[in-house]
Amino acid sequence: MTALLELSNVGMAFDTPTGRFEALKDVNLKIAAGEFVSLIGHSGCGKSTVLNIVAGLLRATDGGVILDRREVSEPGPERAVVFQNHSLLPWLTAFENVELAVRQVFRKQKSKKEMRDWVAHNLELVHMGHAMDKTPREISGGMKQRVGIARALAMQPRVLLMDEPFGALDALTRAHLQDSLMAIHAQLGTTVIMITHDVDEAVLLSDRIMMMSNGPSATIGEVLPVTLPRPRDRVALADDPGYHRCRQKVLRFLYEKQRKVTPLSGRQEPAPSCLTGTDAPPRGRG
Amino acid sequence: MVTMTLPDWLASCRDLMRGKAGPAQQQAVLRQLVWPLLGILLFLLLWHWAARNIQTSLGQFPGPATVWEQTQALYQEHREARQREVAFHERQEKYIETRLAQQPDWQPVRRDYTGAPTFFDQIGTSLITVMSGFLLASALAIPLGIVVGLSAGLHAAVNPLIQIFKPVSPLAWLPLVTMVVSAVYTSGDPWIAKSFLNSMFTVTLCCLWPTLLNTAVGVTSVSSDLINVSRVLRLNAFEHVRRIVLPSALPMMFTGLRLSLGVAWMVLIAAEMLAQNPGLGKFVWDEFQNGSSQSLGRIMVAVLVIGLIGFLLDRLMLALQRFLVWDKSAARR
Repeated sequence: MTALLELSNVGMAFDTPTGRFEALKDVNLKIAAGEFVSLIGHSGCGKSTVLNIVAGLLRATDGGVILDRREVSEPGPERAVVFQNHSLLPWLTAFENVELAVRQVFRKQKSKKEMRDWVAHNLELVHMGHAMDKTPREISGGMKQRVGIARALAMQPRVLLMDEPFGALDALTRAHLQDSLMAIHAQLGTTVIMITHDVDEAVLLSDRIMMMSNGPSATIGEVLPVTLPRPRDRVALADDPGYHRCRQKVLRFLYEKQRKVTPLSGRQEPAPSCLTGTDAPPRGRG
Repeated sequence: MVTMTLPDWLASCRDLMRGKAGPAQQQAVLRQLVWPLLGILLFLLLWHWAARNIQTSLGQFPGPATVWEQTQALYQEHREARQREVAFHERQEKYIETRLAQQPDWQPVRRDYTGAPTFFDQIGTSLITVMSGFLLASALAIPLGIVVGLSAGLHAAVNPLIQIFKPVSPLAWLPLVTMVVSAVYTSGDPWIAKSFLNSMFTVTLCCLWPTLLNTAVGVTSVSSDLINVSRVLRLNAFEHVRRIVLPSALPMMFTGLRLSLGVAWMVLIAAEMLAQNPGLGKFVWDEFQNGSSQSLGRIMVAVLVIGLIGFLLDRLMLALQRFLVWDKSAARR
């Protein structure tokens, strides 16, 4: 297997007022083209940090990331990100949000009409064709996330990075979007890295599940290949013993081997995600 | 996406008259029309009563009735002045015509009418001055605010200066501005009056700060998620400012602009009074020095007009904000 994306000995340390904090250590990962990989772990273990390093939004302090035999040094549209809270520009319509990305990526390759068609095509792909002219505040959370996915897909990324894309949605909406994502992945063969802390979501969607140990010095503890045949159907899988075995393995890892011991009182370890600054809650706009 | 909508209270009244007003609309009419009118009425009564009980060396303090009389008188004076001006120009043309008939090689000289400015002329002068000063301040403060907001280092460098200059009263700036304008702008036949420049620069110096500060804050508080979007899309610096920073900062920027325009109007009146520069401030000061039995009434007219114009200027900015800013909720404050 030739790897499309390779993380070798990636480490990340932050300088904090109380000293150096090593969030990640020796993260090694090889992902083949077309693979769907999810990263699962307890909150604060550094999942987002790994994703942000792949995205180029953070620079690793050790090791490096290679995509298509080139080292990743800055963010770029070939590693499109679907952010947890959609991150749509609130003053633009759904169409204009996707258009901004398309214009940026295909300015030199496509004509104006081709770009418009490409925007519309991607919005249709996520079933948002009917609400192209709505602004983000006029549509629901699930719809916003669909537009966010359309924007990322429209960049035709080599790797699609998803940072807990469905974390903020209700269970039904989440199931819908998971099904959409599976269909799109089957149709386009996009390479995907997805962060999640939902065990069912990880098993349902992934080809491989990377289970991360708790920080500090978090790393990939175990890798679970999910060999369930595709297309997968959530209802049929509910009775599938293979599905349950996978589920159980992840649960064991998370709740037995890497049980997060949180003292009820006293000081808590600062979560590394708070230190990255990239997934801090957006500040109010007065 | 511009839709013409009636003001809230007018829409409520329309519903009331069409007989399709529910309790909510009745409440709205009460809140938006009845209570404000009652408030104004009560104020007029209190004012009337208080005015009757205040005797000054210039006679009784003007009540609402006196002010209304003086408003009419000021309007009358304005119309008479206009008629005199028209008559002056007619006389001049007639004179030139007859003289040219007698002496065809004579080069006619046309002179401007030089009557004293009326109350309404002074309003015009003040409005032009305040808008010029405000626009100049905005043209300086918005770009500077964006640059300061984008660079943490520059922000740290500029912030102490802003904090020191922000609370300076216009009256302190005025002598400096006057001297500098006289020193720098030395034209025998000035195209723009020096007094206008003095007032304008004083206004500019005082109303820079709210726009500058609020723009900078708006720019620094752009959501980090949107900044990440911009980085992933590899927007260049110009596109980043145009597509992400400016729209994000626009609501805060407008808050600053509204504050600035309010400051500008207050500062201008004070500056005109102190420097005897043409405008409403000078009108007030002249009436005060004049000291006739009508003076206080006329000053009171000016006070009300100043307040009304200040209010209208703020509404103008609000309308502009609603038109330009995507975040409609910010404009409701």
